Amino acid sequence: MVTSDNRPAALAVSRGTFLSKRVRRETLVGWLFVLPALLMYAVFVLVPILLTILYSFYRWSGVGPMTWVGLRNYVTVFQVPDLIGTIYNAFSLVVLFSFVPVGLGLVVASVIHRVATGWFGAVARTVLFLPQVIPLVAAGIIWCWLLAGPGLINEILRAVGLGTIARAWLGDFHWARPAVGLIGIWVLLGFCIVLLVTAITQIDPSFYESARIDGASWFAEFFSITLPMLRHEIGVCLTVTVINALAAFDIVYVSTAGGPGNSTAVPGTQIYVLAFTQRTIGQASALAVMLMALVVLVILPIQRLSREVAQ
Amino acid sequence: MKVGQGELWAGRALLLALMAFTVLPFISIFVTALHPSNTLPTGLEWPADPQWGNFVEAFNVAKIPTLLLSSTYLILAIVPVSLVISTMAGFAIGLLRIPGSRVLLFLFVFGLTIPFTGLVVPIYILERAMHIYNTRLAIVLPLIALYMPFAVFWMRAHFVNMPTELSEAARVDGATTWDLFWRIHAPLARAPITSLGILMSIWTWNQFLLAIVLVEDPMERTMAGALGFFQGHYATDIPLLCACTILTLLPTLLLFVLFQRQIITALLQGAVKG
Repeated sequence: MVTSDNRPAALAVSRGTFLSKRVRRETLVGWLFVLPALLMYAVFVLVPILLTILYSFYRWSGVGPMTWVGLRNYVTVFQVPDLIGTIYNAFSLVVLFSFVPVGLGLVVASVIHRVATGWFGAVARTVLFLPQVIPLVAAGIIWCWLLAGPGLINEILRAVGLGTIARAWLGDFHWARPAVGLIGIWVLLGFCIVLLVTAITQIDPSFYESARIDGASWFAEFFSITLPMLRHEIGVCLTVTVINALAAFDIVYVSTAGGPGNSTAVPGTQIYVLAFTQRTIGQASALAVMLMALVVLVILPIQRLSREVAQ
Repeated sequence: MKVGQGELWAGRALLLALMAFTVLPFISIFVTALHPSNTLPTGLEWPADPQWGNFVEAFNVAKIPTLLLSSTYLILAIVPVSLVISTMAGFAIGLLRIPGSRVLLFLFVFGLTIPFTGLVVPIYILERAMHIYNTRLAIVLPLIALYMPFAVFWMRAHFVNMPTELSEAARVDGATTWDLFWRIHAPLARAPITSLGILMSIWTWNQFLLAIVLVEDPMERTMAGALGFFQGHYATDIPLLCACTILTLLPTLLLFVLFQRQIITALLQGAVKG
């Protein structure tokens, strides 16, 4: 580019060509600005996505020859209960990871807004946010212990006279999944509350003032003002928590490793087991492709709904 | 304001209950950590003879200084590079609006929906082929890449709102594109860059999956990755595991208390924009 700019002929050509050359040069410089980020993204995100799709059509142990099997890995996912079960488990985690924190979060956020405006509200905000900043692994380890036979949960149950239902929650076929869900609630509830409280404080206070002058109850205020005004933020909370549920790994891996049986296995932990324990890269990749497709399919409608209404 | 006394107290009681739900787990593992090694204490029972020595033992067993150093090293290798290249990309897409910037933006935003769990297998295979598997680079390079969708999106959101008059005035004074970026717009973007830096540091510190898959030595992993290893190793010694967990949490908690306003704001904005 520099040499062509310095050519004497360049001075003679019309101003139009000169400009377009400048524009072209600027385009090139602009792309150079994007290049490092794009390169990293391409090598470690875009190429792996394509590789996952490619591997999913093969039977391969990670070393040695690859055997083309067409769609058989996908068919296997649907046929083997332990594999398709992980997708069912992921959806049932959505209820606990997502609906409970968002629903409860909405209620609590509006309560904080009404009754705890001063320092008490500020302290509550900080405390409730704590689980968001610690590693999910730590949350898993902490709750593993709380939910164990001699742990805090059972001790509380015994103290209130419910000792008969005390058990090792994470080792129980019926209760392991709700127990994992409880960990998710603990991690995500504070995040939802703080996000929603922040959004409520940005709602024009005159709405609330006029409602309160009329002596509106918490109930009336909640349904006629808070809920409709927070659609976008509710969409955000749903998006974050649903991704946390569908793509869960850390919490499940640490607390139950998918057990007992396969009752808490989710696609994330199953991909890990298939690829790194059973060495079936193709099968793991097929499940990974399905997981990625699933997340996009679930997230897009949520995004669209919350955006459309917000505008 | 017309909020009845009864409602006021009911609301506060609900809040206190939730705060207890949040904090009790921390208190429980703290109390447990003070029991003698290799015992199975119950929930919240204060030990007859608090074993403060457990923390010393955990400090030595977990090699906390090595771990701190390793995690800090990872953050220093990942965060500054990510900040520079994502700011440059956000600048080109949001402010220069180069031809193709809409496609580029779409390409990066698409990455926001891709879960790490879906990519870890091909990244592992790729890194074996590149001979960086089981080195620190094995965590550094993919994490920089995996942060790009969010980071570029975040920086673009800042640059797209900057007035173009500023750049035009500088252009008239003969500033090159690089001058424009480095002398004018990068300093003005200090606030979003700081928030992004805080976010990426927390994410790196807490990264678990990539750490356990791509690096075998727990001492070269992130804080979260090492913690996962302790769980496997000391599963039977609950008090020591609790002490280890508390020690690995302390730096995060300390930072959170110091910078809580920035951290909460950054995490919330991050979610809302993403």
